[in-house]
Amino acid sequence: MIELKHINKSFNGRHVTQDFSCVFDRGKTNLIIGESGSGKTVLLKCIVGLTQVDSGEVLYDGQDFLRLNPRDKQNLRKQIGMLFQGGALFDSKTVEENITFPLAMFTDMSHEEQKDRAQFCLERVNLAQAGDLYPSELSGGMKKRVAIARAIAPNPRYLFCDEPNSGLDPKTSILIDKLIKDITEEFQMTTIVITHDMNSVMEIGEKVVFICKNQKWWEGSNQTILDTDNKELEDFIYVSKFLKELKNKKMKA
Amino acid sequence: MFNRTFFHIGRYFTMLGRVFSKPEKWGVYRKEFFHEIDSLGITSLPIIAIISLFMGAVITIQAAFGFTSPWVPLYAVGFTTRDSVILEFSPTIISLILAGKVGSNIASEIGTMRISEQIDALEIMGVNSRAFLILPKIAACVLINPFLILISMFLGIAGGWLLGTLAGVVTTYQFVYGIQYEFNSFNITYALIKTVVFAFIIASVSAYHGYYTEGGALEVGRSSTKAVVYCSILILVFNFLLTQLLLS
Repeated sequence: MIELKHINKSFNGRHVTQDFSCVFDRGKTNLIIGESGSGKTVLLKCIVGLTQVDSGEVLYDGQDFLRLNPRDKQNLRKQIGMLFQGGALFDSKTVEENITFPLAMFTDMSHEEQKDRAQFCLERVNLAQAGDLYPSELSGGMKKRVAIARAIAPNPRYLFCDEPNSGLDPKTSILIDKLIKDITEEFQMTTIVITHDMNSVMEIGEKVVFICKNQKWWEGSNQTILDTDNKELEDFIYVSKFLKELKNKKMKA
Repeated sequence: MFNRTFFHIGRYFTMLGRVFSKPEKWGVYRKEFFHEIDSLGITSLPIIAIISLFMGAVITIQAAFGFTSPWVPLYAVGFTTRDSVILEFSPTIISLILAGKVGSNIASEIGTMRISEQIDALEIMGVNSRAFLILPKIAACVLINPFLILISMFLGIAGGWLLGTLAGVVTTYQFVYGIQYEFNSFNITYALIKTVVFAFIIASVSAYHGYYTEGGALEVGRSSTKAVVYCSILILVFNFLLTQLLLS
């Protein structure tokens, strides 16, 4: 479980995240949604410690991450897997080397065991044959799946995904979403996904947090989000004329 | 202006503090170190060989052309070539060339990793990204550059002899006598000390500019340019300081 308490972050006096508090449960896919520039990625970077918060607490199963000493912080980070927007795969390493890298760095696994684990993770993301390829030889969707394989290779307790569907077609997006949900349930991880894709929300949003005007605006699930009467959230969901008409028809019915 | 200068100096030394902290796993670092030896050192050999051969030849011909007085013996051509190559050409000029080739390589590689979030990915995994990315590069440069410079010295003098004799400006006997005349082995030590210092500057300053790149592809290019410029200036400044310290 990850708990955020009163997170505040500003850049040059401009508030990007204001008094954000929330609880994200283990074994569930937790989605943070919001418009571009609403502070979702900054919030994610604050949670994983890539950006320093101005005030507040980030609790990983009760451990205050921000107040840990550097060594403990580094140890906690070994339990974190993260999927970056662009994949962030190491260009100079093959797919298999990308996946075995955290294992070689932090475990006592033999070379064979590392290779087996990499193969298992690649099979899990349906890329069993891609081990010898370099990131430059992969498509956008394949890169995302390799990044997921790398993230889950060390068996993390926490998984963070920053816009996993950006730049992907709807079909591949749904595949990635399902993969994230399945992995979360299978490995009982606490997963936080940043997105502005409503398909993802409806597909895997067991818990959904909507950020608007740099603060938490709404909290619920994919079961309740379509029935919201929150004006800003409605504007976010029903952004096109087509969807607005669809909603009106539904209301009339 | 001064504030920014002190800011960069402070951040550079803070970075070095993290670079020289204990590696998470020696085996992984060792693998990276050998990879860097190949990518930063071995691949520089052809350009160093070509430049050294021709520069040695040019020094020889220029020396022969300048020594027109009958009072100056022709073996002075070999003597001049030897001292020019060992004292200045190989350690300093070749280091400046390496600052261009290796420095821009390091800055652009690390800069690209920064803007494509690969460094963030390392940090998230719990890896000390400064140490992992920079320490093997510094170690590889500091270890391999002296060998490159020794090869450059040999090829520079050999180039001077080969093309000098082919051009007919000096005989083999006069050239060989000249390069043996009043040879002081400390000159080699002095050149290698300079080389090690320059190698450290090239790797660390370039890595600094790459590591703190902010923005996109344009900024990676700027970091790369800045790395070469600052490395070149620092090499010239330290060349003066070390020469003053070691030879005066």
